[in-house]
Amino acid sequence: MLKFILRRTLIMIPQLFLLSLIVFVLAKAMPGDAITGAFAGDPNATEERKEELREKFGLNDPWYEQYGRWIGNAVQGDFGSSYMYKQPVTTLLAGKVGNTVLLALFTLIITYIIAIPLGIVAGRWTDTWADKLIVTYNYFSFATPLFVFSLLMLFLFSFILGWFPIGGSVDIKIEEGTWDYIVSKMEHLFLPVMSGALLATFGTIQYLRNDIIDTKLKDFVKTARAKGVPERKVYTKHILRNSLLPIAAFLGYEIAGLIGGSIFIESIFSYPGLGQLFLTSIGARDFTVVTALVMILGTATIIGTMLSDIILSIVDPRIRVE
Amino acid sequence: MTENLLFEIEIYRLYKEEVFLGNSVLEIENLRASFRIKGDYYAAVDGVSLTVHENEVVAIVGESGCGKSALALSIMGLHNLKTTKLEGQVNFQSQNLLSLSPAKLNKVRGKDIGMIFQDPMTALNPLATIGRQIEEPMDYHMKLSSAAKKKRTMDLLRRVGIKNEQRIYGQYPHELSGGMRQRVIIAIALACDPVLLIADEPTTALDVTIQAQIMDLLKELQNQIKSGIILITHDLGVVAEMADRVAVMYAGEVVEIAEVRELFMNPLHPYTRSLLNSIPSNMEAKAKLHVIEGIVPSIQNLDRIGCRFAPRVAWVPEEDHETNPQMHEVKPNHFVRCTCYKNFHFPEGRVGEKDYVAT
Repeated sequence: MLKFILRRTLIMIPQLFLLSLIVFVLAKAMPGDAITGAFAGDPNATEERKEELREKFGLNDPWYEQYGRWIGNAVQGDFGSSYMYKQPVTTLLAGKVGNTVLLALFTLIITYIIAIPLGIVAGRWTDTWADKLIVTYNYFSFATPLFVFSLLMLFLFSFILGWFPIGGSVDIKIEEGTWDYIVSKMEHLFLPVMSGALLATFGTIQYLRNDIIDTKLKDFVKTARAKGVPERKVYTKHILRNSLLPIAAFLGYEIAGLIGGSIFIESIFSYPGLGQLFLTSIGARDFTVVTALVMILGTATIIGTMLSDIILSIVDPRIRVE
Repeated sequence: MTENLLFEIEIYRLYKEEVFLGNSVLEIENLRASFRIKGDYYAAVDGVSLTVHENEVVAIVGESGCGKSALALSIMGLHNLKTTKLEGQVNFQSQNLLSLSPAKLNKVRGKDIGMIFQDPMTALNPLATIGRQIEEPMDYHMKLSSAAKKKRTMDLLRRVGIKNEQRIYGQYPHELSGGMRQRVIIAIALACDPVLLIADEPTTALDVTIQAQIMDLLKELQNQIKSGIILITHDLGVVAEMADRVAVMYAGEVVEIAEVRELFMNPLHPYTRSLLNSIPSNMEAKAKLHVIEGIVPSIQNLDRIGCRFAPRVAWVPEEDHETNPQMHEVKPNHFVRCTCYKNFHFPEGRVGEKDYVAT
């Protein structure tokens, strides 16, 4: 098992290298560069001045030279400086990565807390009123656009009822490390997490429901019943274990998807995370920040995939490597 | 001379009743299993009565779709009760299995009735070890320590012919071949010493050499255990080798039931004769294999009035069939449904009837 994890980790290195190359080239291919972004709408910036700056930052060098410089520094943890915020990208990201990871993690947990029981109920008691209710909820959560739902939540619970803060990730007046700080963080997380989770459940519910309906009819379930296993145990010991496999396998991808997918949520709830930074950076052609962010999201995906592989090899003996 | 012969026949009957017809283990009375299709119920098992005695192997034969497996699943209560209606009686240990609550039924299945399934590739849980799967019925039916369970499992594995039981115990189904898995399934069925064993086409999904091995194993086990066995198959070779009595099923009904020698020597019902006639023989080169015309009608399209086999023996005149076919005891313990057997003959110009028992 350890060997498998090690080997799986080693495979990540060429994957990451390839990812960095693609990200860099694509970012270069974007129209404009950091200089046009920084001076957009500034009538005093002359073409000569811009050209001078380009020469200074090495933006006129061939792309492979630029890539070499960038990757050399990146390996040492230096992603350059943001043209817009005038500070190192790493410092810029440090505060936001934590927020986004927190948001993603809580969204994931809440999603599973809601989706797994609902999926089980719908799958086990197919065609009952409970199943129909759950399937209806599922259609709604699948069809509702995230930004509409988030705005609605914000309007209702923050603006009208005033139960939750309207934006930010923590109350600035509170000292870090105290109990109140944690409470304040949770308060700020609640709405973005619930909005994301309530709409993210459809995949898991649908998968689980279908898989349970499918597994119910499998021969080994008949074997279990023929052994005299009580119905409840037939579900917990035979059907659920098999049906949760694809869910477990999907966990890694979910994490990756959530870290990348919280752009809307973060914008709507003015939650200072990577997603919000991503949008502003693209607008400003803040090249160093964009590449660093895409790298982070890509890395999250690669790690997520690896996590899925490892989880699957733990729970499913058929793909366990000796 | 005649008296002497009559006496001998009488002795023979007594002997048979002694040996074959011990205490009955299972009595099925007028069992009807109907499936709901688009709102209507259609009987797949249509009024079957059958008795299984201690230490007796009752074979149920018939084409695919004639209700053999549906009968087995009805006995075990494995049909989905939302879409299935069960009527009649399945008397086992002085209780009607059909009227038991699920909890009470679970006390019986796996303990007193074991079931061997058709396809060993899908009948085992892919996520549990072989040992765990054999021990599972013991969890619910026997009060044993985990060490005792393990010991019993090892014994069972050895009994079903698995030599490296220590290794197999901790392995997963995907690591085993089909024949090995079928042995494991047999071990599961035997785990709690059942008094009745239902084998639903235990060799159908296996290749021929493995089939022979599994049949040998079943025969050997049958000699060891004293339980009654219901053997569902469409392999008449298997029937000849193992069964004591044979029930031939067609379109949900038993059409003929007799002791195995009697059935092979003196088959009466046109369906039985057609089945036996369809066995390819290596005794002589036949130009063509005998086939029974048509197929078993689906349960929705089945004409339930009159002789159900009539459409497939169209040359038999209508008046030969009974309007409401009944089982007739033509000889002691030999029952045939309908009267069409009396004048039945295969049509001219087709492959004729041969001796069925080649050996």
